[in-house]
Amino acid sequence: MSYATQKLAEEKVFKDPVHRYIHVRDQVIWDLIGTREFQRLRRIKQLGTTYLVFHGAEHSRFNHSLGVYEIVRRIIDDVFVGRPEWDESERLVVLCAALLHDLGHGPFSHAFENVFDLDHEEFTQKILLGETEVNEVLSRVSKNFPQKVADVIGKIYPNKQVVSLISSQIDADRMDYLQRDAYFTGVSYGHFDMERILRVMRPREDQVVIKSSGMHAVEDYIMSRYQMYWQVYFHPVSRSAEVILTKILHRAKALSEEGYDFETQPTHFKGFFDGTFTLKDYLALDEGVLLTYFQIWMSEKDLILADLCDRFVNRKLFQYIEFDLAKDYMKMKELEELFKKAGIDPTYYLVFDSSSDLPYDFYRPGEEEERIPIHLQMPNGEIHELSRESDIVEAISGKRRTDHKLYFPEDFLTADGKKKALKKQILELLK
Amino acid sequence: MLEEHAKVVQFIGVADGITGRKKLQKMVYIAKKLQYAYKEKYEFHIYGPYSEELTLRIEELCNMGFLQEERQDKGSYVQYKYQMTDAGEHFTQMARVEEAEPSLVSCINLMKEKSSRFLELVSTLLYFDHLPKDDQIEKVHVLKGKLKFTADEIDEAFTFVMNLMNQRAVQ
Repeated sequence: MSYATQKLAEEKVFKDPVHRYIHVRDQVIWDLIGTREFQRLRRIKQLGTTYLVFHGAEHSRFNHSLGVYEIVRRIIDDVFVGRPEWDESERLVVLCAALLHDLGHGPFSHAFENVFDLDHEEFTQKILLGETEVNEVLSRVSKNFPQKVADVIGKIYPNKQVVSLISSQIDADRMDYLQRDAYFTGVSYGHFDMERILRVMRPREDQVVIKSSGMHAVEDYIMSRYQMYWQVYFHPVSRSAEVILTKILHRAKALSEEGYDFETQPTHFKGFFDGTFTLKDYLALDEGVLLTYFQIWMSEKDLILADLCDRFVNRKLFQYIEFDLAKDYMKMKELEELFKKAGIDPTYYLVFDSSSDLPYDFYRPGEEEERIPIHLQMPNGEIHELSRESDIVEAISGKRRTDHKLYFPEDFLTADGKKKALKKQILELLK
Repeated sequence: MLEEHAKVVQFIGVADGITGRKKLQKMVYIAKKLQYAYKEKYEFHIYGPYSEELTLRIEELCNMGFLQEERQDKGSYVQYKYQMTDAGEHFTQMARVEEAEPSLVSCINLMKEKSSRFLELVSTLLYFDHLPKDDQIEKVHVLKGKLKFTADEIDEAFTFVMNLMNQRAVQ
C-alpha cells in the first residue's frame, strides 16, 4: 500500500466543541498534524485581539484548521463520493489543503503583517515548499505533492472544484470559522444549518453549487456571516486593541531603526526590523513570544513603547468616536496639531481606522466581480446566482458597508496636570 | 494617514477615470508588480490577480465622496466607471501623496488604452513571473483555457510588460 492510501490501524478522533468529533483515518493527515509547523498553530489565536472583548475567544488556528479539514472530509466522503462529477483521486490533496490552509499565519497576524509588510499566504507557500517537517511528510506522498497542495491553497490548481471547497463564498473555511467564532465568543449570531448545506452541495463542472431546495439554509449562512462581521469581527473595542498592538510594533521598529538601546535586546524581532528574517525566524514567533516582549517592554525607558505595552497587557484601550473623514478632514489636521502641542505624539495616539483595514469580507453577488458568487442549481438544471433568487440575500448584498473610527487615549486628555485648557479643547473637538 | 487610500484616488485621477472593476484591479496589480508603491494584497481568483482590500478601499472612497462610481447597464452585464471627484483631488493634496512620477503616469495611460481581457492576460503572466517563460505560458493555458489566448496575444503581452519595465528603468 502506498503512503498516499495508507490508513491508520484505528481511526483517531479529536473531541471538538463545534463538530463533536474530528475523524482521522489517513496516515498522511495524522503525520501532518504531528509536525512542528502545524503544532505551532496552537499558539496563534484564531481571532487575534478579540479575546479582550469576548473573553472566551481564546481558540486557536489549530482548532480551526482541524475543523476545516473535518468539514471537507464530510463533504467528499459523505456527499460527493460516487458522484460522476467528482474526481476521487483529488481526495488527499483537498484534505491536506484544508488542514494546512492557515499554516502561514503569524502571531496576531493582521497587525504583524501590516507593520512588517508581510503576507501569510506567502508564508503558507514557503512552509509547504521549504525545508520543513510539513514538506517532508507531503513529499513522501510524491515529489510534486507539496506543490499540488500549495497550488490548491494558492487558488491556482487546475481543478476549480477542489479550490472552491477551501476558498469560495461558501467554503469549508468560512463554515467552520463562523460557527467556531460564535461558539467561543458566546454570541448567538453565527449559527446556521451546516448539515443541510452539506447535504445540498453538488460538484458541477468547475465549481460547487447548491441545490435550490437548500436556499433557505444558505440564506441563514449569509445572514450569520453578516451579523458576525458587525457584532464580532468589526467590534470597535477589539479594533482599539488591534490599533494599540499595531502601534507597539511600529514603535519598536522605529526605535530599532533609530538605534535605540533596548534594555532587553529584541532578538526575535531583529530580522523583522531590518528585513533579514528567514523562514526559521518566522516560525520561531508565536503569540506567547510577543506577549512576553510586551511584558518586558512595559519597563522600557521609552515612554511611548512602555505606555502602549501597558495599555495592551492591562487592557487600558483607546477610546473612539465615529469619524467622517470626508467631512472632518480639516478637523483631523487640527487635532494632529493640538496633540503635538499637548505633547502627545499623534503618530501613536491619534489613529484613524477604517473597516477596509480589516481582513474580512461580505458576500458579493459577482456583477463584474472577480470572485465566483454562490450558485443555485435549479430543478431544471439551470444555474442562478443566489441574490437573484433570494430577497433576503439581495437586501444585504451589494450594499456599501464601511465604518470609520478615530481612536485616542481619553485618559491622557482627562488626567490632571499641565496644558489643561489645550486638552479640554481637544476633548471638545472629539465630542 | 490614509496614504494608501489617497494613492488609489491619485491613480484613478491620473487615468482620468477608469471603466470596469476588473480593469482597475488589473491596472493596480500591474503597477504594483512594476514596483510602484501600492500595498494592496492580491490573491489569484477566477479572473486572475484580485485584491479584496482594493475593492473595499474603492467602496470607502466612494462613500467618502472622493471617488464617483457610475453604474452602466450593458444589457447582459453591469459595468462600473470610477472617477476622482473635486473632494478626492483635495484629499490627495491634503494627504500629501507624492506627485505621480512620469513613468507611472505613462504606465497608467498605456494600460488604460488596453482591454480588460488583455490586462487579465498581462496580470496573469506577471503573477507567475517567478517561473520560466514557457511555464508562465503553460499556466495561462491551464488557468485561462476558456479565454483561448492566442500566441500573438501572449507575445504582445510580454512585449507590453517589457516596454513598461524599460520605462520604469529609464526613470
